[in-house]
Amino acid sequence: MAVTDHPKIITSRFDVTDGHTLDGYLRTGGYEGLKAALAKKPADVIEEVKSASLLGRGGAGFPAGVKWGFCPPGVFPRYLVVNGDESEPGTYKDRLLMERDPHQLIEGVLIACYAVGCSQAFLYVRGEMAHAQERIAAALNEAYAAGYVGKNIQDSDFSVDIVLHWGAGAYIVGEETALIESLEGNRGMPRLKPPFFPAAKGLYLQPTIVNNVETLANLPWIIEHGGAAFAALGAENSKGTRMFAVSGHVRNPGVYEVEFGVTTFRDLLYAPVYGGGIRNGHELKAFIPGGASAPWLYPEHLDTPLEAGVVGKMGTMLGSGAVVVFDETTDMVKACLRLVRFFARESCGKCTPCREGTSWLEKILARILDGHGRPEDLDLLLDVCDNISVGMNWPPKQTTICPLGQSATTPVASAIMRFKDEFEAYLGGPAEITVEVKGPAFVGPYVDAASKEVASVD
Amino acid sequence: MARFSPDNLRTALEIVGRYPIAKSATIPLLHLAQEQDGYVTDDAMEHIAELVGTTPAQVLGTCSFYEMFKREPVGTYLVNICTNISCQIMGGEELLHHAEHALGIKAGSTTADGLFTIEDVECIAACTEAPCLQVNYRYRHRITLEEFDQLIDDLRAGELADEVPPHGTLAKIRQHIPAERSAGVAPPSGVPEPVWLARNAEGGDA
Ligand SMILES: Cc1cc2nc3c(=O)[nH]c(=O)nc-3n(C[C@H](O)[C@H](O)[C@H](O)COP(=O)(O)O)c2cc1C
Ligand code: SF4
Ligand code: FES
Repeated sequence: MAVTDHPKIITSRFDVTDGHTLDGYLRTGGYEGLKAALAKKPADVIEEVKSASLLGRGGAGFPAGVKWGFCPPGVFPRYLVVNGDESEPGTYKDRLLMERDPHQLIEGVLIACYAVGCSQAFLYVRGEMAHAQERIAAALNEAYAAGYVGKNIQDSDFSVDIVLHWGAGAYIVGEETALIESLEGNRGMPRLKPPFFPAAKGLYLQPTIVNNVETLANLPWIIEHGGAAFAALGAENSKGTRMFAVSGHVRNPGVYEVEFGVTTFRDLLYAPVYGGGIRNGHELKAFIPGGASAPWLYPEHLDTPLEAGVVGKMGTMLGSGAVVVFDETTDMVKACLRLVRFFARESCGKCTPCREGTSWLEKILARILDGHGRPEDLDLLLDVCDNISVGMNWPPKQTTICPLGQSATTPVASAIMRFKDEFEAYLGGPAEITVEVKGPAFVGPYVDAASKEVASVD
Repeated sequence: MARFSPDNLRTALEIVGRYPIAKSATIPLLHLAQEQDGYVTDDAMEHIAELVGTTPAQVLGTCSFYEMFKREPVGTYLVNICTNISCQIMGGEELLHHAEHALGIKAGSTTADGLFTIEDVECIAACTEAPCLQVNYRYRHRITLEEFDQLIDDLRAGELADEVPPHGTLAKIRQHIPAERSAGVAPPSGVPEPVWLARNAEGGDA
């Protein structure tokens, strides 16, 4: 069976020149999912989505239908907030979905609002994405005029406004409670969970569903074709298809919709229809499996399926579907510094371990690269990491309000544990490590891909 | 100029009207102010505070958190070069150094003629198209050093005016919610259970 033998669920209109317009959308089967949803009871729409086992595509991978069920009964209004802040390094899919198929997202938002009983929806689009904002604004204007959004949608009793909201540049705002703060007009600083789980106390402290763009874009297909058809694709808990951005040192960097759960990293990096292999004459050295926050993987992990549970057991994650590929020319110390600098710049500053820890990690890495490192610096780096995320285990322990702090430790632990020699070359001599690192991806798991058994060395 | 012009005030009020609580319009209005003046002035923040019912200090607090808002003039063209991981390993840093050299300025500063500002930015969600940049938030994918020079020449010559509006202009298309089609805002209290949820209680298929 070819790796591409699956329907295109969310990227089907990417090659349709006018797929972003209402005409193009309707011609290619658009708004059929909404019609099918309106013919069902809202509770049955939720059941359909639950039966699809649609995992959230924003990073945390929580089942969408289950999350919708967390709204406390009888408390209204409820809001829907669409997370279109896409800023995790390596991640590139939501922007494409918003630019090339805005109506599909709008239709997904409508289905979710109908199912959950949301009285208003806010589509939070990253500020830097001017073109996506234009495409969505145009699509919303058309959809309002044609009776797909607003009062009495398609002459039914279902009414909801969708408001396009602009972000203004801050990675942390992608975290759902920071997103809500930002939408309230504030600095984008995360809230404590509990009590501020959005489903219970979200926007204006009302029940709020926050879903990622890609998650919602799946809904029209799921409702039109049924949750069972979606769940027939994929494996174990990872159903349907998923978009992966393959960037870095492959022949064909690109964004690919692949069957979730069964496609392997090898397929994704090497299949001619996807990554096409490592660029000419070079070898794979390492890859980030799920965005800057994910612990790294290596050539021996290529046969691992893109299945959330399997990858989780290895001590890392598929996160935001961002695979960054490094060949042997990559300076891992430099790469590590660049990732750490990102987290240091983007820390909102609310928690001490994150604010101080990330900037110290950056400073120490910078001095190592400048040739002023000390032999004890590797241990110091890991010690700082250990203070942000105790043991650097998986799933990570958190000393902070949100997971950004602990994310900054993953490139450091990955790089030091695997490429210690590269650091030592900068240091000019051997360095001893005494800090205990427990995350399986950092200390080398044994993976038997055929049986999908993962034995951690923990 | 600095407070909203009559036209922009109309737009601002339309935007404020879409939110259950006016303060939610703060960021969109800051964008509108930046679109009008090229950066966010003190007067604009005072005007926004009046419009959303908060204090100028609160507006400044929000404004200063977000990278896109500039508190002083920047170049007509803001050139944002990504050096994050996917771009770094595909030549993003070389592109940045080339740009600094070509324009004779360091990242974070503006050319003397006020035309260009360079920034060294984080991932802009075009990672498979590395190295990449944005000029006033319009993308250039897989850009070579020669293409960069050409881009600067074209911008100088005013040849990309349609594609790249002056700094501040985000979306050239705005959302408009026609009054007769609007479902209305949902304030955080006093909103009953949505009528369609009653279908859940009906027997058989609705
Ligand atoms: C630091 C941080 C950044 C995040 N950035 C994003 C983002 O840009 N887009 C996104 O959808 N989710 C992001 N998330 C995840 C959200 O908090 C949330 O889990 C997600 O939007 C929920 O949607 P889903 O269930 O549909 O995946 C981020 C989380 C953290 C901790
Ligand atoms: S962990 Fe970092 S980004 Fe998250 S709330 Fe704390 S300081 Fe802010
Ligand atoms: S890393 Fe440069 S666009 Fe994502």
